[in-house]
Amino acid sequence: MILAIKLAYRNLIGAGLRTWLSVTVLSFSFVVIIFMKGVLTGWDRQAKTDMSNWEIGGGQYWQKNYDPYDPFTLNESHAPVPSELKDEITAGNIEPSLIVPGTIYPQGRLQSVVIKGINPRQSILLLPSHKLDTIADGIPAIIGSLMAKSLKASAGDHIMLRWRDANGTFDAGDIVITGIFSTNVPAVEAGQIYIPLEKLREIMMMPDEATILTFRDGMKTLTGLEGWILMTKDELTAPVDKMIKTKSAGQSILFGILLLLAMLAVFDTQVLSIFRRQREIGTYVALGYTRRQVVGLFTVEGTMHSVLAAIVSAAYGLPFLGWMAKNGWKMPVDTSEFGIAIAQTLYPVYSAGLILSTVLIVTLTTAAVSYWPSRRIAEMNPTDALRGRLQ
Amino acid sequence: MDNSPIIEIEKLVKKFPMGRGEFTALNGIDLRFKQGEFAGLIGPSGSGKTTLLNIIGSLDVPSSGTAVVMGRTIENLTARESAKLRKESLGFIFQSYNLLAVHTVYENVEFPLLLLNYTASERKKMVSDALEWVGLTEKIKSKPPQLSGGECQRVAIARAMVKRPSLVLADEPTANLDTANSHNILKTMETLNRELKTTFLFATHDDKVISYLRRKIFLLDGKVDKEEITSN
Repeated sequence: MILAIKLAYRNLIGAGLRTWLSVTVLSFSFVVIIFMKGVLTGWDRQAKTDMSNWEIGGGQYWQKNYDPYDPFTLNESHAPVPSELKDEITAGNIEPSLIVPGTIYPQGRLQSVVIKGINPRQSILLLPSHKLDTIADGIPAIIGSLMAKSLKASAGDHIMLRWRDANGTFDAGDIVITGIFSTNVPAVEAGQIYIPLEKLREIMMMPDEATILTFRDGMKTLTGLEGWILMTKDELTAPVDKMIKTKSAGQSILFGILLLLAMLAVFDTQVLSIFRRQREIGTYVALGYTRRQVVGLFTVEGTMHSVLAAIVSAAYGLPFLGWMAKNGWKMPVDTSEFGIAIAQTLYPVYSAGLILSTVLIVTLTTAAVSYWPSRRIAEMNPTDALRGRLQ
Repeated sequence: MDNSPIIEIEKLVKKFPMGRGEFTALNGIDLRFKQGEFAGLIGPSGSGKTTLLNIIGSLDVPSSGTAVVMGRTIENLTARESAKLRKESLGFIFQSYNLLAVHTVYENVEFPLLLLNYTASERKKMVSDALEWVGLTEKIKSKPPQLSGGECQRVAIARAMVKRPSLVLADEPTANLDTANSHNILKTMETLNRELKTTFLFATHDDKVISYLRRKIFLLDGKVDKEEITSN
């Protein structure tokens, strides 16, 4: 085997440009696959971090009727805050939110919204809730930039808000936009307005009630709270994992095409080698190789393309991948309208497992593709091969 | 000189498929060669000399009859056994040199020793000796495309001789060489034959080669036509 590696290396280096063309295509595949996989991993990590920072904190307790995907449940999704959590709420480690349906009338239009009441002094989420802690000639409200764009609203604008209180009575009042925030998490802004929690409780006639209770990262969780369901961070971020998995499957097609191109180069090189180097094959046999050993030599030679490609990839790929990990990949278009948790700049994350598995997969594929045409050598008549007579 | 036969061929027949029929390349050959002979199979194209050389070199097998080379019956050898025979005991010299183009002269000559697992220092010594025999010590770093035809064939001789085989098979070794180079090559092989007692068996129709042979076997249509032995 060592001899085959030694000979294969000499033959490959000796083949010059032909080798380097295949190696370059293969190395490109290595770098692109690792980079794209790194981007997905980075995106997954960033999306979860952003979700944690903006939406879910360290996890949440949901009122048992609450279903974020069914707005018709909102009227029934509220209950008094459990007394067991009062101390943590006072300490600021748990923040209750009340969520109710409502309607706004921007510029005479009607639009259904979700009204979220939050504590203006909360520090668990990155929402600029402090902008609600102000005196205004209406109910202070903050909205996301996408929402502001769709409403054509700016800070300081007044918009009429209508709601239906706990007794089923419709009421209305003006909200004043006191802040517009930008976020990578569309779920915290699409169709939502944030107003002070106590104000919402007051107008809804739901004193001390909440729909969800968001707790700080790392807090000890309680199970068995009557009427409340514990939603862990992993459960709440599961949709992100699903989305990344879907993206990953789509990306595999791209990787497949890339690998196919690289493997075509290797296959082509192998077929050409076997055709052009018949005399050499015959010579190996005459000097004492069995035909199977020559098949092995050519397979090692083909496989070594991927080893050389890994080295070449390391030469230009490591600086590139390192630079991208540090500076990130800036999205060419505004990502805030994508409707998914994606940052304007994605920072790829590479793991040793990712690099090793990529190298292993590409090497094994190259070995298989190299072996395929090399098998023909085993059927060659060495005397014909020596004269280069085979077709 | 050892009188025991190094090659024993009896009633050897080799047929090749041709269209719907067969072409008989060798038709009942009986020959014996002793250690240290400098012999040649002579004949026109199609007389069967290369086919016989290939069978002796265990690159091919007879259709019928027997070929025993250094005690091993060619037709009974497995692929691994025939490779072992070639690796350990046989040297080949080809008309078109068959050097490994991307390897240096040193690496080409070293190749058979790598297969025999010699140590690096042993290989170095043996390659140096072989290149000295053929007068190419100054070209060890050159690659075949940088050498003349005569130099290439001398590298091929060094490669065939480096492991000091018992038998060297040379198929038209001077066919691509000019007269001066041909004589040079033949003198080198003759010297090695005398000094190392290596058996040389040629397949040729070149008069220059024939003039050096001590035993001449003339083949015609796959049969031994006549034999001449020269004592010099």
